[in-house]
Amino acid sequence: MLSSEKRYLLEVSDLRDVAIIGVGETRLGELWDKSLRELGIEAGLKALKDAGLKGDEVEKLYVGNMSAGKLIDQEHIAPLIADYAGISEVPSTRVESGSASGGIALAEGFKAVASGMEDIVVVGGAEKMTDVGEQEAKDILSSTADQEWETVFGATFVSLYAMMARYHMEKYGTTKDQLAQVAVKNHSNAAKNPNAQFPREIKKEFVKNAPMVADPLGMFDCAPISDGAASVVLCPAERAESFHGKPVKIAGIGQGGDYMSVHERKHICTMKATERAAKKAYSRAGIGPRDIDFAEVHDNYTITEIMSIEDLGFFKKGEGGKATEEGKTDINSHIPINTSGGLKAKGRPVGAVGLNQAVEAVLQLREDAGERQVNEPRYGLIHNIGGTGASSIVHILKRWS
Amino acid sequence: MMPIPRFWREIKQRYKGIGSVCKNCEKMYFPPRKICPECRRESFQNMEPVELDGRGEVVTYTEIHEPHTEFDKHSPYIMAIVEMKEGVRLTGHLVNVDLEDVESGMKVEATMRKLGEESRDGMIYYGYKFWPVDE
Repeated sequence: MLSSEKRYLLEVSDLRDVAIIGVGETRLGELWDKSLRELGIEAGLKALKDAGLKGDEVEKLYVGNMSAGKLIDQEHIAPLIADYAGISEVPSTRVESGSASGGIALAEGFKAVASGMEDIVVVGGAEKMTDVGEQEAKDILSSTADQEWETVFGATFVSLYAMMARYHMEKYGTTKDQLAQVAVKNHSNAAKNPNAQFPREIKKEFVKNAPMVADPLGMFDCAPISDGAASVVLCPAERAESFHGKPVKIAGIGQGGDYMSVHERKHICTMKATERAAKKAYSRAGIGPRDIDFAEVHDNYTITEIMSIEDLGFFKKGEGGKATEEGKTDINSHIPINTSGGLKAKGRPVGAVGLNQAVEAVLQLREDAGERQVNEPRYGLIHNIGGTGASSIVHILKRWS
Repeated sequence: MMPIPRFWREIKQRYKGIGSVCKNCEKMYFPPRKICPECRRESFQNMEPVELDGRGEVVTYTEIHEPHTEFDKHSPYIMAIVEMKEGVRLTGHLVNVDLEDVESGMKVEATMRKLGEESRDGMIYYGYKFWPVDE
């Protein structure tokens, strides 16, 4: 119907190749002394410095942000950040798609450069979540589900994922041990990441015995509430080598959609939006899941990482839990997943997540990831989910040479 | 809770369980839709209201220990995705049963209940919840 027969006005070959020439991010965590604009500027300036730019070269700014209106009572935040970054004359746009806001902002930046509209584009993601209480922040996360037909009846955001988890466990025999292993692995990776909110290892028993949040998911199956920002600088690949930074290529992107409510989806523990996004991204990059050397996936809950590594094609449906338990997703194993620590342990500044993932993928592909470096990666994939899976975005990044 | 008018607009559907059926392909939807995602434009102005029978079975479920503020007094409570006899699925609170007695495939029935209230003197929100029924 739509996708298979679709003829693109511009063939992929007509688009310009796009490179990431600089990255920057703040530390993630409860950063009470820093405002949203300070976080955004800090990440942006680090990315510009990394690219060797002064700032006046910037032609366009995109900002991924989920809910500044509710979290800090401030809308219109793209010009707010541009202004205090000293580039008030630069056109800026906020992009919102729930927790996929960051990833989708990156896709918009890619399109601006690929189409030839702009050359130097900065894409940032920023979220300030701890100015409100933890309960209020969680209620705001829930507003990315369908308020009229899910949350009004008492469903919380995590409860919707908990129901996916039970479905996966009953259908495929996935265990609480396997869920816990996702948290153990991601904490172990975060222990090697200086920007992580929780840079420390945890034991599996600790995860399994944590207080229940929404059965079968306990406190340590859940990503935290975080403040933080991340940013990348894009330019046409043909100009990438003229800057100071080490470039990385964006080899393919794909965005997918699905029903808003979890109950509308026939197969409750498959995210069609992710399958659709991945299919497009692989096709545009001209590769398949076997060619990917590492991935940053959206692990807002432990079950989400297990579902996502299946939906992205790394493992067959139902085998994600077992693969995790067997260590196949550890650093320098079969397919390293969330070397940064993921949302689970690096942190979840919700609208910035997609950019935090991009920063990690670029560091890995430049072999700048320090202790958590994957062995000579060629392709890295990043995957960002909006809400409970009604939107999803996949980028495939490639080593420069 | 959402703004009162946003709740009020869907009261009829929420109180009576009124969905819609596409007269083009006969597929049923709840909550009601103006457009059938299968038939798209061909279904426009061709969707008719239909009342659900109210019986169904549990597809998946969870027990919530950290609720939204307005559901605090129910904590912990069970939420379920229920597949209705007509094939549509919905999300709701499962009452009159303990977690260890809930299982997927369990038969349940929709019942009208208070969902919450704005404040002591504020508006009361009603809607469906589910409880177990014998086969």
